[in-house]
Amino acid sequence: MLITKSIQLNNILVTRITNIRSLTSYRKYSNNNEQKFKGKYDVIIAGGGMVGCALACAMGKKSLLSNLKVLLLEGSPDKKFKLKPEYSNRVVALNQSTKSLMKSLEVWQHVEKMRLQPVRHMQVWDACSDALISFCSSDILDDDISYIVENDVLLESINIELKSSTIKNVDIVYGAKVVGYELSKGGHESNGHIVKMHNGDTYSCDLLIGADGAKSAVREAMGVQYLSWNYDQMGIVATLHLAEETTNTTAWQRFLPTGPIAFLPLNSTKSSLVWSMTDTQAKELLNLPEERFVDALNDAMWKQYPRSSVVDACTSWLGSWLKRFDLPDGAERQLPPSVQSIISGSRAAFPLGFGHSTKYVAPGVALIGDAAHRVHPLAGQGVNLGFGDVKDLISFLSDSIYTGLDITHPNWMEKYESERQRHNVPTQLAVDALSRLYGADLPPLVLARSLGLQLTNALHPIKKMIMSHAA
Amino acid sequence: MSPLSKTFITMKSISHLNKTIGRGIKIAQISNNVTAAKTTIDTSHVEKHSQQAQGWWDPNGPMKALHSYNLIRIPFIRDGLVSCSLDERTLLPLSNKVILDVGCGGGIVSEGIARLGAKVTGIDASKELVEIAKEHCTIDSRLENNRPSYHCTTVEEHSQHFFDHYDAVVASEVIEHVADKELFIQSCVKALKPGGKIFITTPNRSKLSEFVTICLSEHVFNLVPKGTHEYDKFTTPTEVTFLLERNNCHVQLVHGIMYYPVINKWAWTSSPLLIFALQAVKLAE
Repeated sequence: MLITKSIQLNNILVTRITNIRSLTSYRKYSNNNEQKFKGKYDVIIAGGGMVGCALACAMGKKSLLSNLKVLLLEGSPDKKFKLKPEYSNRVVALNQSTKSLMKSLEVWQHVEKMRLQPVRHMQVWDACSDALISFCSSDILDDDISYIVENDVLLESINIELKSSTIKNVDIVYGAKVVGYELSKGGHESNGHIVKMHNGDTYSCDLLIGADGAKSAVREAMGVQYLSWNYDQMGIVATLHLAEETTNTTAWQRFLPTGPIAFLPLNSTKSSLVWSMTDTQAKELLNLPEERFVDALNDAMWKQYPRSSVVDACTSWLGSWLKRFDLPDGAERQLPPSVQSIISGSRAAFPLGFGHSTKYVAPGVALIGDAAHRVHPLAGQGVNLGFGDVKDLISFLSDSIYTGLDITHPNWMEKYESERQRHNVPTQLAVDALSRLYGADLPPLVLARSLGLQLTNALHPIKKMIMSHAA
Repeated sequence: MSPLSKTFITMKSISHLNKTIGRGIKIAQISNNVTAAKTTIDTSHVEKHSQQAQGWWDPNGPMKALHSYNLIRIPFIRDGLVSCSLDERTLLPLSNKVILDVGCGGGIVSEGIARLGAKVTGIDASKELVEIAKEHCTIDSRLENNRPSYHCTTVEEHSQHFFDHYDAVVASEVIEHVADKELFIQSCVKALKPGGKIFITTPNRSKLSEFVTICLSEHVFNLVPKGTHEYDKFTTPTEVTFLLERNNCHVQLVHGIMYYPVINKWAWTSSPLLIFALQAVKLAE
């Protein structure tokens, strides 16, 4: 009895001592932490890409949001930008909705000052049939369909405003390497989320925005389901020199059985290439000498592919009926430009994939841009969806603040999530369906898509609907 | 705004009806006044609410519907008092507005509008609830310099001392618990400055609201404690409009409100059959 008792006592003593030890070591640790604690922010935006910077800029400019203390974390160093005469090979097609956002942030003027090319016509056609659809800005929107802008021109334009003296509430850390996020569950007692940096610095915030791209670490910390697949496709980009000088305001896209190829106008003699294809094909094409690559390009735009006579008969039959009802039958087509050469060294490739985060928000955390959704580039929607996120996020957050609610109030965050998913998911699925539909060359599928395209082209209201959704 | 203007038009046509219906109400009011002493307090209702003091501020507790209700009634009060363009919005749109929250309970509405900068006085007949309200307003750091002041009193008494005083009087989900509705409206209007606004939200006296607010909320979903509402005390937009217009107010809009119990969400609708929100302005003498 006595022995056991003393052992018990001993045990207790030992545990006490270890407890104290762990306490002191903890204190040491926390002291260490406090020294490197760099500050508490209302909002931390992880990721200073186009979408993250646009959000930071909006938070600096919108009357209700400019009272928030915002920190933008960007992984790459702060580079001095100089507009080079040669075009960059990474471009985006910005729709009217993105333009109006950029205008409201006073960013658009800088883009216009640097360079952009409006797209006023669009022609999309099938390599396996005569089916075609064309969009013309004048009869649909009374405005340009979209604008082709280089990624770094847009980013620089946003940064000019972001760093201007009118914005006082946004701090930016470049070269920021985040090693971990500790998300809080919310509630009044919590000190908010903690962001730990590679160099030992920590920051805390109430609202954390993940704008850190398709491989988002914020999304990972949220622990949400992410639905994704690879297309086993690569997109090849390059800057093209056209054979002839034209007004060049048309975007061309041809659906080849191997994937879509698009020429996006840059100026009167140059266009930007986006060409999707299988991985193996892409590797081959990347290794071709530049002249042979140009031949392959012209082939892709011009070459006659083997056709099914049934499909041809059906499309011409539908065409004749459309003509009888005085509807556009798609017989008048413009000829795409031919390529003379590519700007040397402008060829590059990137993998294509689909991604959908089932939740865009968690308590005090929201995802925007590619962190929440990734889409095939064939419709030029990716970055526009991201800017759409920014637009909705700032409007719901502002409303919430104007109602006197906390910036992490679940009400606005739920609204943001459902509103954005309602827009983004159908768009993503439609683009995914298109890429699959045009990836096949089975005659029945070719027939279905050809007739569908012809009808869509003939029916003005449907075309208008598509345009207004994409805008 | 279109549903608003619609109800506004119907209100106009209803106000003609008032004259005929009004007589009936008057008689009822007079007999009421004779039997009871002049007070707006219904003791049984005050007691029922006092019992709820404990869970009042738990956003998922027995009063959770009142918490989510703020998401539409705070903007309703705000937009009734200030209107500005998107770019002119400020963090404290209601600063320099003096507002009386009649029947403030635990202070859910009072704190909501105080966070928008308003100087709020909350009054309630329940001592327990006023204590809860006083205690709770110290928690929110955003209210540090602008805490609402709470008093346990009645509106008829309060308006004796503070007449022509407030920019706005809010009576949210109160009039359906009140003993003497005319005295209540009279006192609320008395506390208002000329040009000041009164905001009232309350269930309509309709079969729909009886079914939803009493059968469903109290007995099926247990959203509201049993016995909170008494159908006979419910009132209609017509009656409230009649009382307000007889007391030197002009009713500016009547708006329908819908509540979705399962998701605990509120929304504006064109039909005021379930619950209605009413905004009126006190005219100059």
